[in-house]
Amino acid sequence: MHDFVSQYADWFYLVGAVLFILTLRGLSGPKTAIQGNRYGMIGMTIAIVTTFFVVPAPASPVVWLIIAAMVAGGAIGFYRARTVAMTHMPETVAMMHSAVGLSAVCIAIAAVLHEGVYHDGIHRFELFIGCFVGAITFTASLFAYGKLAAKKWAKTIKGGWVKPVQAILFVAMIGFGIHYFTTESMTSFYAMTAFALAFGYVWIAPIGGGDMPVVVSLLNSFSGWAAAGIGFTLNNSMLIIAGSLVGSSGAILSYVMCRAMNRSLFNVLFGGFGAAAVAEVAEGEQKQKNYRSGSAEDAGFLMSNADSVVIVPGYGMAQARAQNAVKELADTLKEKGVKVRFAIHPVAGRMPGHMNVLLAEADVPYEDILEMDEINSDFAGTDVVLVIGANDVVNPAAKDDPSSPIYGMPILEASKARTVMIIKRSMATGYAGLDNDLFYLDKSMMVFGDAKKVIEDMYKAVNGGGH
Amino acid sequence: MNQAVAHAASVPFVSIFTIFVMAIFVGYYVVWGVTPALHTPLMAVTNALSGVVIVGAMLQVVSSGAGTDPAAFKDITPTSLLGAFAVFLASINIFGGFAVTERMLAMFKKKK
Repeated sequence: MHDFVSQYADWFYLVGAVLFILTLRGLSGPKTAIQGNRYGMIGMTIAIVTTFFVVPAPASPVVWLIIAAMVAGGAIGFYRARTVAMTHMPETVAMMHSAVGLSAVCIAIAAVLHEGVYHDGIHRFELFIGCFVGAITFTASLFAYGKLAAKKWAKTIKGGWVKPVQAILFVAMIGFGIHYFTTESMTSFYAMTAFALAFGYVWIAPIGGGDMPVVVSLLNSFSGWAAAGIGFTLNNSMLIIAGSLVGSSGAILSYVMCRAMNRSLFNVLFGGFGAAAVAEVAEGEQKQKNYRSGSAEDAGFLMSNADSVVIVPGYGMAQARAQNAVKELADTLKEKGVKVRFAIHPVAGRMPGHMNVLLAEADVPYEDILEMDEINSDFAGTDVVLVIGANDVVNPAAKDDPSSPIYGMPILEASKARTVMIIKRSMATGYAGLDNDLFYLDKSMMVFGDAKKVIEDMYKAVNGGGH
Repeated sequence: MNQAVAHAASVPFVSIFTIFVMAIFVGYYVVWGVTPALHTPLMAVTNALSGVVIVGAMLQVVSSGAGTDPAAFKDITPTSLLGAFAVFLASINIFGGFAVTERMLAMFKKKK
């Protein structure tokens, strides 16, 4: 048995790799996705079991090290996966990216440490890539985790010194990497790793919370490339295939996110977006503009008398954990004969598809949830748009004002509806730091307060006053 | 040096690089098929898939153990300890990633 498996190990790895491709294929729709996830589990089981047979001395006590580590890690991962609230998904995903990154660093260092093995040029190059990509992924994801979980230590750093420091760290990392490559000096390898760790943090730390969907998916891509790098080191085709799948997937998601904001990846990572926005607010827009505010009761009454309502959820809904209240409100409106739909902007929330998950958690029917392209032409015929804690994704300046930093960004055209109701805590600006003309339109009404509380009050109003 | 790595080391770089390039193309076309509503589950499941580095981690754990006395703990070197830590981290990803994806997908499904 042992000989058989190890002799055909590459074939088993091939089966695993094919199952991984089918995993991603399955995610094309919610019906096939569960099946896809199962394929992934089977593929991973094949990979791990096969590797147990490939290892040369299965009876050796070191094998127990593997099993103990696997059980401990598995238990932690499983527990976290079972208990995490869906509103905390973004930081959980970021945390998992950092685990892959650190894992890749450990593997690379373990390989370098391995006595008596000469690494030729290509191997040294691969180790170098695998290690520094892993190290950057680790610290960058750690920062993203802190930022998304609103930890105190994850402060956005600002200042003129940031870019030179980034450049110095990057050059130092590459420099020591080249020195390792030419001399096989261990010290240089460690120095390179240390600089890569520092660079990862300083690279991501200046990026604001509004750009986190892009950062999270970019780091998803990085964790894949790190895995592929390790695959090169070990000449293992399965690792390379799995790593590339993950790498492409994250890269595509980053691209989708950037396109949804009409920005380039370069601009997100190194851009002066935040600076420009702040400057604009400081300059002109200080003059007082009039807006209308109303109570949740008024809003509930308006909605119960409408023919159609479109709900636009944003990060504010996630923060207030209002998704269940929203679902109840939607159901009550539907009972009264109102057509209720949800409109999702691709960058709403803190990670790609965040709003979809929250609404799915609250049991909102899949058919009622529409993407931006599907719903935008319908706003003109909609009676009421209810914006819950979303800001920039409905800002008409993106269409009308060429001087706006978000000009050109595709938005949900909420301003075309007959009435717009906006739930917000205050008139403060959103993550892009921009004022929103939508709030000052004659047909707009602000409803101030915590999203959950406001929605519950609306629910009462609809239930009580609709007859 | 264990036999698997020794065997694989004979594979020319270009062929393994070919696999890499082909896999990027496959990934590119497959991922475009993922519906935007499932982007979060996609990230969670790819998190689990990148846990496949566990294969590399396992090989590091045992890389010094070849041919030695099965009962001896002297096999445990810094390499195997680092490898074990990497196994630990990758396992968090694998189990956590698949479990959380399963949980999310169940939410997407139940309303049908």
